[in-house]
Amino acid sequence: MSSIGTGYDLSVTTFSPDGRVFQIEYAAKAVDNSGTVIGIKCKDGIVLGVEKLIASKMMLPGSNRRIHSVHRHSGMAVAGLAADGRQIVARAKSEATNYQSVYGEPIPVKELAERVASYVHLCTLYWWLRPFGCGIILGGYDRDGPQLYMVEPSGISYRYFGAAIGKGKQAAKT
Amino acid sequence: MDLEMNLNAPHSMGTTIIGVTYNGGVVLGADSRTSTGMYVANRASDKITQLTDNVYVCRSGSAADSQIVSDYVRYFLHQHTIQLGQSATSKVAANLIRLLSYNNKNMLETGLIVGGWDKYEGGKIYAIPLGGTLIEQPFAIGGSGSSYLYGFFDQAWKEGMTKDEAEQLVVKAVSLAIARDGASGGVVRTVIINSEGVTRNFYPGDKLQLWHEELEPQNSLLDLLNSSSPEPMNI
Repeated sequence: MSSIGTGYDLSVTTFSPDGRVFQIEYAAKAVDNSGTVIGIKCKDGIVLGVEKLIASKMMLPGSNRRIHSVHRHSGMAVAGLAADGRQIVARAKSEATNYQSVYGEPIPVKELAERVASYVHLCTLYWWLRPFGCGIILGGYDRDGPQLYMVEPSGISYRYFGAAIGKGKQAAKT
Repeated sequence: MDLEMNLNAPHSMGTTIIGVTYNGGVVLGADSRTSTGMYVANRASDKITQLTDNVYVCRSGSAADSQIVSDYVRYFLHQHTIQLGQSATSKVAANLIRLLSYNNKNMLETGLIVGGWDKYEGGKIYAIPLGGTLIEQPFAIGGSGSSYLYGFFDQAWKEGMTKDEAEQLVVKAVSLAIARDGASGGVVRTVIINSEGVTRNFYPGDKLQLWHEELEPQNSLLDLLNSSSPEPMNI
């Protein structure tokens, strides 16, 4: 599991000789080691599910929410560093309400996914920022029906029928 | 008669503008007079402006203000279309016009009617009068000539007209307003927007119906004035 960067992994603005940016790959590891998150697109909607990790028996149930609503028609589930996830959710909420104010209609899910992905990618371009250590599964229902997107720490976003991230993703995919 | 014409007055479009929905799309109509005070600066102007392939806007009030607002919205809608990957909806176009009208209400003087067709909502008309209100209506009228049309539409408008009925209604209404409003005149232009596309029509003054005092008098007291000696009429 451990790969040796040998000096090319000290900054997100450094490429390795074989064309990889190690910092982004390490960020993806943070996601792989966290609790599983699954999303499924159905004919009439989206289902998001997260693995509930009980850090301590003293914790109240219902805290440590990992599924957040972004707008009336969309929500996202976060895997990886929870604090990073909170930042992304706040940004997504702000993009969604801003779009609604300017264009007068709820933000199309494709557009929302592109904006979230751009924001995540932004943090992989500058040496003074570190990449987000979380993977997002974003689901929404717009005029074109239900749609599901996954955003990785590298800033890539793809549309899926079903997606899984985190520790149990291989098991979930089979 | 006031012969002092202020030729440097701001160009205002006295105007009559109309937007009407029908079963399958919308019909937009307008007159063609642009006035500078009492002088007609342009007697054949086109007040129905394109915003996107499927959304047009009728402009009234200050010519400059309405042109600038349309230009900005056309620009924003173009970018929006590229990002969205498909045509913008008429609701989005209307909202952008509304934001500009409302946020700049102290500086602008323009009343607009947005009409278009999109695959989600079909034909829609949105009125955006002076303060920047946005209101979706089955039909809308605007401009100085519209004052004379409120009663007419209350009586003549009906739900679910055909394309030809709607266009005839619009042409008739604009021509009635032109007859009564000094600030409206010239020709009648219409734009029909539906799923098949956009059709522009043009009705010059001589193709329009005559109204009231323009008609030949029949059994009218005016006959007495024209005859050599006034005699009682034979009915």
